[in-house]
Amino acid sequence: MAKKISILIVDDERSVRDSLYNWFIEDGYRVECAENAKEALHMVESDSFDIILADIKMPGMDGLEMLRRIKSHRKESIVIVMTAFATVDTAVQALKDGAYDYVTKPFDPDDLSHLIRNASKQISLSEENEALKERVVSLENIEDLIGKSAAMQSVLKEVESVAQSNSSVIITGESGTGKELIARAIHSNSPRRFFPLVSVHCGALTESLLESELFGHEKGAFTGAMYNRKGRFEMADGGTIFLDEIATISSKMQVELLRVLESKSFIRVGGNKEITSDFRVICATNRDLKNMVTNGTFREDLYYRLNVVNIQIPPLRDRVEDIPLLVDYFIRKYCTSMNKLPVTIEPSALKRLQEFDFPGNIRELENMVERAIVVGNGKKITLKDLPLQKSMIVSTLESLDDVEKSHILQTLINHEWNISQTARALKVDRVTLYNKIRKYNLKPLE
Amino acid sequence: MNEQGISIISFGYFEHDFLGKIADSVSLEFMMPVHIREGHLDLSEYYDAARRQYNGNLLLREVDAQYSAGSIKTFGLFYVDLFIPILTYIFGQAFLGGHTAIASIYRLSNERYGLKEADDSLLERLTKEVVHELGHTFGLIHCHVPACVMASSTYVEDIDQKSAKLCVKCRLQLSKNM
Repeated sequence: MAKKISILIVDDERSVRDSLYNWFIEDGYRVECAENAKEALHMVESDSFDIILADIKMPGMDGLEMLRRIKSHRKESIVIVMTAFATVDTAVQALKDGAYDYVTKPFDPDDLSHLIRNASKQISLSEENEALKERVVSLENIEDLIGKSAAMQSVLKEVESVAQSNSSVIITGESGTGKELIARAIHSNSPRRFFPLVSVHCGALTESLLESELFGHEKGAFTGAMYNRKGRFEMADGGTIFLDEIATISSKMQVELLRVLESKSFIRVGGNKEITSDFRVICATNRDLKNMVTNGTFREDLYYRLNVVNIQIPPLRDRVEDIPLLVDYFIRKYCTSMNKLPVTIEPSALKRLQEFDFPGNIRELENMVERAIVVGNGKKITLKDLPLQKSMIVSTLESLDDVEKSHILQTLINHEWNISQTARALKVDRVTLYNKIRKYNLKPLE
Repeated sequence: MNEQGISIISFGYFEHDFLGKIADSVSLEFMMPVHIREGHLDLSEYYDAARRQYNGNLLLREVDAQYSAGSIKTFGLFYVDLFIPILTYIFGQAFLGGHTAIASIYRLSNERYGLKEADDSLLERLTKEVVHELGHTFGLIHCHVPACVMASSTYVEDIDQKSAKLCVKCRLQLSKNM
């Protein structure tokens, strides 16, 4: 059932309030009246009205001042101003101050009906738009952040709480742990989500290029600067700027950055006009910034300006219970993008993935799954589809026997337990291989 | 006077047959007797010289105060051009869920719009207007079914588009409200 539209009528004349009240109530709207602006402002604070119909000339605070106050309190309110004495100046002023429409009393009944119907339509469209945006955002979040482990849940909780604030955030973690994804999650859960998230990979740019990227430049600022160009800070107005690999920026850029963070204003390279931008900063690094401050390679004041909130992302090896979920996610992702039927993964292959060290973290796991889908048989990912190097699984191997056992097992798997082929690959005879299988109690995996 | 049912009070001269036909339709729609009476008000008290119209709000209150006793609903029928302060004109108005409603024939006749006189269409329009405003007194709000008599009408053409009857939904609501 559609929501009942609520209307607040603000007019000092009782006959006008009564007339409008009776007219709208017959249309099925929820209607309330206020006889002056002060009373109306109190009502707006405690109740939300979809449409406010206000007279301009009222004793005390006039309708235009009330309009400005309502708009500063609830920007989305639809305010229609009424007047018995229309002048172009007041009409223009009312519309400039955010009035939805400006009407002259008395109205033609049909005009009033149309006006309210159109405003109601706008309200339902705005609500529908908001609902769709919420859906898009929630879909994005569900897809992006995967992990049920305690370590990941704690990160997600931090993301949720920090998203609502405007504080600067430093995300730390090893390469490939998903620092940019966390930055995206913070942005898309924040009130800034409908404005841009602008990413800058500081490590990939030289000092002069980074300066031009961040602050923009004016035409002729340097050779090749043929046009004015907006910088990333300017592009992030209303939204968030994500500075990846922040530890790599030079001392000069550190000073510049500190100044911008403090004043939220800057000048384009080669320009002289100060530009202000309302942005939030999220940084990421895989280095120990605190240590860099101690060594004198990173400015302490900038460190404290950036490090209001620190989110530490655990490496994949510390949250192995998330590997099955991640594998499942990447299988669905790549099977869909390659237009293949979803494949499954052998339990033994999954077990081996959980034993793997993953120095490249989630990025490495993702690449492994993608490769397995490309080279695999299209039905099931097996051990031989995974480029797992034995040297990377050394954490569970301690003795020479362990290494021999693991090597024989891997070769057997690679040759699908064909004894003759495995013996040939290992350059031993079949009897020796049988003896080793018995010795290490090797069996084909389920 | 202690009549049950709906009272239609005419202020000014209306032909008896004309009112009788309206009364029959109203009686059929609300399933209750309809009585026709004459009323007398000094309309000059409700005249707004600046607008050259009659204040519908004041007239509605006056009819309610003077004529509503003794009947379930009271309807005041006028000849004059009605307005309410915020609107340029009204065909009629009612107390929603209240006791009394009024309407005027003034803007319902073809002649008002430079067209040929047509008694049938005048009768039809007034009947719809009376049923519509009485519907409000029974607590019915405007209906989105175009053919329902409770559909909102701001021009006579709108009135011509709808029927003189309640739609199923409004009828069900009416039986709940009665």
